[in-house]
Amino acid sequence: MADKVLMKGNEAIAEAAILAGCRHYFGYPITPQTEIAAYMAKKMPKIGGCFLQAESEIAAINMVYGVASTGKRVMTSSSSPGISLKGEGLSYMAGSDLPALVVNVQRGGPGLGGIQPSQSDYFQATKGGAHGDFHMIVLAPASVQEMAELTVKGFELADKYRMTSMILADGTMGQMMEPVELDFDVKERPATPWATTGTKMEREHNIVNSLSLVAEELERLNFERYERYKAVEENEAMYEEFMTEDADIIVAAFGIASRVSKNAIVEARKQGIKAGLIRPITLWPFPKAPFEKAAKTAKAFISVELSMGQMIEDVKLATGCKVPVTLCNRAGGMIPSPEQVLEAIIEADKLGGAK
Amino acid sequence: MVVFDKPHALADVPMHYCPGCLHGVVHRLVAEVIDELGIEGRTIGIAPVGCSVMAYNYFNCDMIEAAHGRAPAVATGVKRSDPENNIVFTYQGDGDLASIGMAETVHSAARNENITVIFINNAIYGMTGGQMAPTSLPGQVTQTSPYGRDVNHCGYPIRVCEMLSELEGPEYLERVTVNNVKNIKNAKKAIKKAFQNQIDGKGFSLVEVVSSCPTNWGMTPVDALKWIDDNMLPYYPLGVYKDRSASKEEA
Repeated sequence: MADKVLMKGNEAIAEAAILAGCRHYFGYPITPQTEIAAYMAKKMPKIGGCFLQAESEIAAINMVYGVASTGKRVMTSSSSPGISLKGEGLSYMAGSDLPALVVNVQRGGPGLGGIQPSQSDYFQATKGGAHGDFHMIVLAPASVQEMAELTVKGFELADKYRMTSMILADGTMGQMMEPVELDFDVKERPATPWATTGTKMEREHNIVNSLSLVAEELERLNFERYERYKAVEENEAMYEEFMTEDADIIVAAFGIASRVSKNAIVEARKQGIKAGLIRPITLWPFPKAPFEKAAKTAKAFISVELSMGQMIEDVKLATGCKVPVTLCNRAGGMIPSPEQVLEAIIEADKLGGAK
Repeated sequence: MVVFDKPHALADVPMHYCPGCLHGVVHRLVAEVIDELGIEGRTIGIAPVGCSVMAYNYFNCDMIEAAHGRAPAVATGVKRSDPENNIVFTYQGDGDLASIGMAETVHSAARNENITVIFINNAIYGMTGGQMAPTSLPGQVTQTSPYGRDVNHCGYPIRVCEMLSELEGPEYLERVTVNNVKNIKNAKKAIKKAFQNQIDGKGFSLVEVVSSCPTNWGMTPVDALKWIDDNMLPYYPLGVYKDRSASKEEA
């Protein structure tokens, strides 16, 4: 077992990216994720990599687009308002089927919002994030260790499916320090015969492009892309279950909300309420299976979120609205307390008939 | 004996450009230069949004189509992915380079990004049907300035070479045109230098090509060529606006 080191979540992402073979980082300063850029600025020049502070979020994501076109691992990171600016590039990367990693360490919104933790970019991340039909693979870490592990996983999935992977963290995950074990078995990358690396006068020219003026052709490309998305949904959904076997009340929560919820669940069990947690690790694809299963026996679900209620829609879809789903939330940079979640569990326990 | 042939770097496909459009001339010049420098196999071109959006079909080197105005940022990524080997050029119009992509243009120049930028200035948005561009002349009638560009209302056209020449960063800035044989020959010299600079690691080289748009200017191709002389060149004088290496040699 490798030694553990104490790191901030943001630093863990940066180090894991380097270990995953990423040698190009482009970004623009924004709180609360700037440690990633600072770490890259220090490290990249020493390992033959490239850190470049872009003139804007828009330029940064397009620099990512450029490196991704050449088939190399590349990333950018930002926080909520900056991710909105990157939306254009995210759509173009989806349209050109380019792999890359984008990190969103969320803060409260809308608009300039605040700089405290939030999960209110859930819709933006999981439902596309910009114009056109597309998805990103969205990974939601709940510890500094997962910040690192999901970074490596994000690169691997991006390469495998030629998609953008997004780490959807929040200010807490980015800023808190925990021991991390940085010992990864990084898989070999798939070949990139599509990359624009120069023809070497040995092959036909490659074109990286999202323009398609013939409607039938553009439709075909969309259908093909969604076939790939279907494979992602079938194979890549990740989640954690905690005390769900006999649970009457299922809490759904990701990231920091899941850690608060675990405390509340342990306390609820002490009070005689059988509560459990399903923690989606991939937010897209949303892990429907454990919710479908739990909906057969649970009395109620609670979606605990740092938003006005976004993931709750996916919980309702996954449970087929068979049982009540309530919302336990704070917003604008506030985090629900274990007491608030416990209260929601007690209330939910009063709902629904006996199963 | 072959006296005239298509450059190898230029794809043998029909182009979508309007009759009398000068894109074909500039495409050919770029392709000739790529051939002469023997760099097709390591060249990656970036097409913009605008009339030359489908330039990716017209060059035989690897090509990328960028979002509107972002070509210099994409080029930055491509160049930095393999700075020793990749030769990277962007091909952009005035709306792309001097309006929506101005930040990318200025900052890639300021960084002296080692890329080649071919900038087509025809003072109008062609692809969308002839709207006012950042380089449309005072008084110029377009679809969105139907009474002529009123500088009190929407400001003055931007002289890109002059503006960028104030920056420390860029290596080489030259404005040329392609409205007659002599000017075409000069334009080719400038384009070749802009690529050679990149090969030599000298940095950001931009060639502004003053061009025409017979369709949206509402003129015959011949009249449009004359309009360049009579109206465009007085506002956009030809010449070298920056040549850092040459200045150093002189000094």
